[in-house]
Amino acid sequence: MKAKKTGKWVFFAIVAIILALTYTAFFGVENYFGDTRNLYFKGAKDIRWGIDIRGGVEAVFAPDKDVDKITDNDMAAAKAIIETRLVGKNITDYEVYTDVDNHQIIVRFPWSSDQTDFDPKAQIDELGQTAKLTFCKGSTSDTVLVDGSRVVSATYAYNSQMGHHVALKFDAVGTSQFAQATSENIGSTISIWMDGGTDDEYRISDAKVQNAITNGEAVITGDFTAESAASLANQIHSGALPFGLTVDESKMQIITPTLGSNALMVMLIAGICAFAVICVIMILRYRLLGAVASIALLGQVGAMIACISGYFPVFDSFTLTIPGIAGIILSIGVGVDCNVIAAERIREEFEKGKTIDGAIASGYKNSLSAIIDGNMTIIIVSLVLMGSFGAENNVLSTLLSPIMNLFGTTITGSIYSFGYTLLIGTIFNLILGIVASRLMVKSISRIKVFRKPALYGGKKNV
Amino acid sequence: MFKKNIDFNKCFKFVLIGYAIFFLIATILTLIFGVNLSIDFKGGTRLVYSYSGELDTDKVDALTEETLSKKVSVTTSSGLTGDSQKITITLASSEALSNEAQQNLDTILAKQFPNNNIKLAESNSVAGSVAGNFFAKAMVSVLITAVLVILYVGIRFRKIGGVSAAITAFVALIIDILVAFFTCTMFGLEVDMTFLAVILTILGYSLNDTIVIYDRVRENKGIYPNATTAELVNESLNTVKIRTIVTTTTTFLAVVMIIVVAEIFGISSLRSFAIPMAFGLVSGSLSSLFISAPLWVIWKNKQEKKGPKKAKSKKRR
Repeated sequence: MKAKKTGKWVFFAIVAIILALTYTAFFGVENYFGDTRNLYFKGAKDIRWGIDIRGGVEAVFAPDKDVDKITDNDMAAAKAIIETRLVGKNITDYEVYTDVDNHQIIVRFPWSSDQTDFDPKAQIDELGQTAKLTFCKGSTSDTVLVDGSRVVSATYAYNSQMGHHVALKFDAVGTSQFAQATSENIGSTISIWMDGGTDDEYRISDAKVQNAITNGEAVITGDFTAESAASLANQIHSGALPFGLTVDESKMQIITPTLGSNALMVMLIAGICAFAVICVIMILRYRLLGAVASIALLGQVGAMIACISGYFPVFDSFTLTIPGIAGIILSIGVGVDCNVIAAERIREEFEKGKTIDGAIASGYKNSLSAIIDGNMTIIIVSLVLMGSFGAENNVLSTLLSPIMNLFGTTITGSIYSFGYTLLIGTIFNLILGIVASRLMVKSISRIKVFRKPALYGGKKNV
Repeated sequence: MFKKNIDFNKCFKFVLIGYAIFFLIATILTLIFGVNLSIDFKGGTRLVYSYSGELDTDKVDALTEETLSKKVSVTTSSGLTGDSQKITITLASSEALSNEAQQNLDTILAKQFPNNNIKLAESNSVAGSVAGNFFAKAMVSVLITAVLVILYVGIRFRKIGGVSAAITAFVALIIDILVAFFTCTMFGLEVDMTFLAVILTILGYSLNDTIVIYDRVRENKGIYPNATTAELVNESLNTVKIRTIVTTTTTFLAVVMIIVVAEIFGISSLRSFAIPMAFGLVSGSLSSLFISAPLWVIWKNKQEKKGPKKAKSKKRR
């Protein structure tokens, strides 16, 4: 091996980074300025926990129109829309029941992590209102050209010319209506209105028609931020129902956590015990390598918590439920495996009579392909799950949509959250299990006290 | 103790018979006791009662299950102003709860908890929240996963004929999923969304286990190019088995730890998660060692017997 020697300081640097990340990921970074809490990094307590763990709210949605005309299919569509919104907001733990006879949809979902006054009304408002669009001639809402129920999809998009905007797609009828409308109004204005209102505040967009649009696609531009455009897209998407949904306020309920108030504590104890068992076994069998593996695994847990709580601003916080925890357990299991494979390999190399440096170098080198292939297959599994069961407007779903659309909308938050935690966990596993563990071991093996083959599982077997 | 060489190809038959016996007993038990599908899949009834004072939900749960002879789940909630307390009983059933049964439950609850003023507030019969096409979609997503994994493994393991290796890996996978499912029915646990997560976890573990073995076969193929497939696989299994044992024991004990803590604190919903997981984990490594790899040997041997002509004609082209 010609590889450059890893400095002794590398081990301490990685350990320091892992400890810092894990500590802040669990406890967050915040300070209090009088009564105001300044949150710099979110900790584990800022995670949105599932209903069973932290409780939540229940709301009953009902159509605002004549219920006689509403078919079972409409109810199913309404349910799908509510689910789309929930998953779109990263609320992956919910119960949605439809009572077809009474035309009711019962929704239960967990408190968001930042709820401090536990006001159910505010929480239910989080689901937002449906937005019904109309495309009208000129700058008034008098002549309706196309109705919003013709919109099949509304998604958030961004490009440098239009900024943050909403991209719309019409169904077949809508496409021909919109083609006719645009070809008849070249040079004049078409405006987009919300919720059938006539006042100016309901007008969300005014656009001069440049040429006839025949492909059934339209955009809404305006003074949007990424967030407001995404939320409008979500509302429009949901608004494509033949009726509006209203919440019966008298039926709002606050749900007590089913697992009891100490559930979170118990989960934590179970997690710590399980982790301790893993560390003990690893250290008993692999000595120093086991200790290093334990540090890497700790880092993996910390990194996963960070990605779920929204510690990194790029990732939204995520509802953590039992399926999500299953994803964490699987990725930790695979993380253990990754360290076991490498450690067993190093032992084997010792048995072949190699020196410490030689055994470590070739042990890691030879174990690489098994670890990468194992992890890649798991990444494939998690990507397919996220694409099949996630909200419609993510990249993966779009890729799979030609096949999955055959089955209509079935969003299943619990499976999506499993896929998410699994994907994140496997990626960190590749970083920590392959890169960090190897660097730590190579670095620590240069320190004189640790230059004993027995510490790496060698010697005795020679 | 791990040093002894095992002839995995010989053990194949015995393990296969073992699995067959397990599946036979499990199928019979499942046919007798039935499968507990949750309300998500089956639809069911939701009864909301108002009450006052302190109410022991575990007692309500037990009493309701006894009265209706069905598994139910009980949650409590309160109204916006906090003055009205409610208890929600949900039960999965393919038919709506009859009026008599419901009224019977009303009177029994009122009688057993005389101080709580229990009254029926609402009754809903609800459709399964998981639509029928969920299963179609689940099957298709498994199929897509299978195709992608077979493609990936086929390319990465082309040296040893990756596609056949991937297919035998999936045979092991199906066995493991069945084991998890039967564990669920034998323990009388409810088949719900949590259970699906368990199945997916097992799927991940089992695939990973098998891939690690084939990785060794691929490596050994380079070291001993003249060995027969049977020798190659057996040698590889014997070197990899320690890793499989250590990994499985570690993760298994971690899951057992979760079961123990959950039982101590009486959190039963963790049970339907951890028990099938523990069984599936063990089966995952057993099936990788004793089923998928030896099965692949049989496949390869058949191919070699028929194969030479085919292989040659391909080369000529």
